[in-house]
Amino acid sequence: MADHSIADVLALKVDAKTVNQHKFVLSESSFRKILYLAAICVLILLMAIFFSLLFSSLPAIRNFGARFLARTTWDPVKAEFGALPFLVGTLATSFLALIISILFSLPISIFLGEYFRHGAASMFIKSIIELLAGIPSVIYGFCGLFLLTPVIRALETKLGVAPYGVGIFTASLVLSVMIIPYSASIGREVISLVPSDLKEAALSFGATRFEVIRKVTLPYAYSGIFAGILLALGRALGETMAVTMVIGNSNFIPTSIFSPGNTLASVIANEFTEATGSLYLASLIELGLVLFIVTTVINVIGKIIIRRMGVGA
Amino acid sequence: MERKVFALRMNRVLCFITVLSILIFLGNKGIAKEVEIIGAGATFPYPIYSKMFDVYNKEYGVKVNYQAIGSGGGIRQLINKTVDFGGSDAIMSDKDLAEASAPILHIPTCAGAVVVTYNLSGNPQLRFTPDVIADIFLGKIGKWNDRRISAINPGTKLPDMNITVVHRSDGSGTTFIFSDYLSKVSAEWKEKVGAGTSLNWPTGLGGKGNPGVAGLVQQTPASIGYVELIYALQNKMPYGTVKNKKGNFVTATIASTSLAANTDLPDDMRVSLTDTDAAEGYPISGFTWILVYKEQNYGDRSEEKARELVKMLWWMTHEGQKHAEPLHYSPLSKRGVEKAEKLIRSISYKEKPLMR
Amino acid sequence: MFFILFFITSKGISVVNWTFLTQLPKPVGETGGGILNAIIGTFILVIISTLFSVPLGVFTGIFLSEYRKGRLVYFTRLSIEILQGIPSIVIGIIAYMWVVLPMGSFSALSGAVALGLMMLPVIVTATEETLKLIPDSLREASLALGVSYPRTIIKVILPAGLSGIMTGILLSVARVAGETAPLLFTAFGSPFMNLNILKPVNSLPLMIFNYATSPYPEWHTLAWGASFVLVVFVLSLNLFTKVVTRKWKVQF
Repeated sequence: MADHSIADVLALKVDAKTVNQHKFVLSESSFRKILYLAAICVLILLMAIFFSLLFSSLPAIRNFGARFLARTTWDPVKAEFGALPFLVGTLATSFLALIISILFSLPISIFLGEYFRHGAASMFIKSIIELLAGIPSVIYGFCGLFLLTPVIRALETKLGVAPYGVGIFTASLVLSVMIIPYSASIGREVISLVPSDLKEAALSFGATRFEVIRKVTLPYAYSGIFAGILLALGRALGETMAVTMVIGNSNFIPTSIFSPGNTLASVIANEFTEATGSLYLASLIELGLVLFIVTTVINVIGKIIIRRMGVGA
Repeated sequence: MERKVFALRMNRVLCFITVLSILIFLGNKGIAKEVEIIGAGATFPYPIYSKMFDVYNKEYGVKVNYQAIGSGGGIRQLINKTVDFGGSDAIMSDKDLAEASAPILHIPTCAGAVVVTYNLSGNPQLRFTPDVIADIFLGKIGKWNDRRISAINPGTKLPDMNITVVHRSDGSGTTFIFSDYLSKVSAEWKEKVGAGTSLNWPTGLGGKGNPGVAGLVQQTPASIGYVELIYALQNKMPYGTVKNKKGNFVTATIASTSLAANTDLPDDMRVSLTDTDAAEGYPISGFTWILVYKEQNYGDRSEEKARELVKMLWWMTHEGQKHAEPLHYSPLSKRGVEKAEKLIRSISYKEKPLMR
Repeated sequence: MFFILFFITSKGISVVNWTFLTQLPKPVGETGGGILNAIIGTFILVIISTLFSVPLGVFTGIFLSEYRKGRLVYFTRLSIEILQGIPSIVIGIIAYMWVVLPMGSFSALSGAVALGLMMLPVIVTATEETLKLIPDSLREASLALGVSYPRTIIKVILPAGLSGIMTGILLSVARVAGETAPLLFTAFGSPFMNLNILKPVNSLPLMIFNYATSPYPEWHTLAWGASFVLVVFVLSLNLFTKVVTRKWKVQF
């Protein structure tokens, strides 16, 4: 092994003389210091982000306290702010999107992890899923606004509900398409990691392939799948553009899945540039702080689980 | 060998990026001399401002970058001093003025009308009374064929459908004018909702900007919303006539808006035109202003930039006025222009007036 | 998925022609106009944010791959993971507070800071993962030859891992090219062409957002065209990195 590598190094035409005679002679310790510095910069960056958010939300925190999360009025005129409508909107859209997307991502993970592990079909489906993840969110919103909303409107008219077209349901649909890649790819990896001797043992007992999946593979990969779902949830919670364009922008607790609403992210996008009055701005930033904390917690839990499963995500 | 070629290619790419970056920085140095005025605010006058600034750019070479983010945004960004001027149809409240570190001037540019637009099949021409409008937007009148609406619209077949209210989701001067009017004509509105740029709407969908509301109303059957006149016209949307204080049902036109604007104008031009006394005046009219700091020497603003700003304002209130009527805005009256001139002349840099 | 792509293509292709790509937008209500300033704006934003994030990102990645243990390593890695999960709108708030307010003006620079923050985690992770794959023997061989430690890293290890790092950079570019939320209150948008990074600038996703939510059909058509251009750009970048990864993967 060592010989092989020396040859590689030599092939790069690198040798001590020419390299060390370079104009800037970087000493080892200063280079290491640069590396440390980079890492510390990153840490400081994160701390700074957190504290900036905290500091700027202080007026709102001081004014409303913890009840901010439970209040329902969002009245800029009277300077009364409460986060509950947006919490509800965020949770409703994200969970609904999650449920819808699981209907798709779970089967996809199973197909790709079990049946079509290799080969053209698997490549094809995998590429499509990655491309799905690559489409910018504003384009999802655009398509949702023009393609999906008329359909939902027709549906609502048929159901006799107010034909808004936009609303919680529409936003959830758009979101669900956006988060399928996240849970699907992790699910697929985890399922494909299930050791084959377990599966073979079950098969040798006479279980059908389907039963093996249900009783052996899925329970084994359960926590990994769960982690993938968590990551998808984290993504959905923070999604802004696509949601803003189709959610109807109403600062009330939605009464049905067809009513308009607002999420933490979309209300910030709508009202940030014009929050007159520092309490208004601080309340919006506090919403951002809440969003930050919630998404961080969910993402970190998901990542920890994945790391424990040893999946190279 | 492969790696060497790769490294060479990478080098070339890096060179290209470096050269491009240098070009950009050089471009900054040169273009930094070109004055660009940045403004943000109301969507109400956006059609006329974008036309005005396009013409101004072609004639004088000065770029005016106006982003229509809503009057609330214009006010906020001016207070934060991130823009050179704000556009607003909402009069800055005393509280906001106090929050600004220095006096801010309201310079009127034109007047416009807020119309009540709706989406009903057949595009019937409807009439509205103040109390009906207030109650629709309060959510108290829920159906189109409600007795009160049919009463003022005899002969028009109204559908048995729920009214979908559309309002602004962002901080809006148009909302300000509309709610200012409703507060004057409906005590319940004044108490429950009040007047302002961002309201706690009792019901309805939110659209972003005048364009957003117009878009939603256009796409949502049986909906109703409020937009600046030009948005309804440009999108061929029907809008109702409104009964004014003197009892006449008035259509929003340049003439009726000008009549409403023909009122006592205070020196600081912070005046509301709603619920006008004029017999043929349109009751939901309003000025739109450009907000600037009186003393232009703040931050690192150059005198040249301040001077360009003043020149732009002067042009907007004089030569630029001819663009108002084709876009259905009401140009400033002679008295309006006089007041504007006085305000513009008071803009100073380091205490010296910039325009004599 | 195909439905979406098909629709965008069909609507967008009719709009895209040379004038479309090279003109500036016209005032509202007038037909015609193009998206040139948005294309250039996106370009500028991406380049500057890359300049921000690549040095810091690559060095942090080197750090994480060289030092495998330790409290600093753990916390740095955690910070990167948290950073990756922060919603883009929150990053926008941060950039507004850190750059726009002190500067007193909206600018491409603040937009680039926001985008750079978003690119950072991807670059760090890609660098770290790629460098971890390089066997220690390469490093030891180089050191054995007397090459100093910094030179080893820069001249030996980095080039070996270059393909993976480039992939990370390109992927993060693809991601931020399509971002709108952080630009809403940083880069601000502009109807003009602008090369000055201290001034506001337009970008493709911003323009799509503004035009799509307007009621003007001409603007809708422009938005479809812009979406088409953006999607083509992002998807081809993704495809490119995939192809390149397979070709250039340095085997050991």
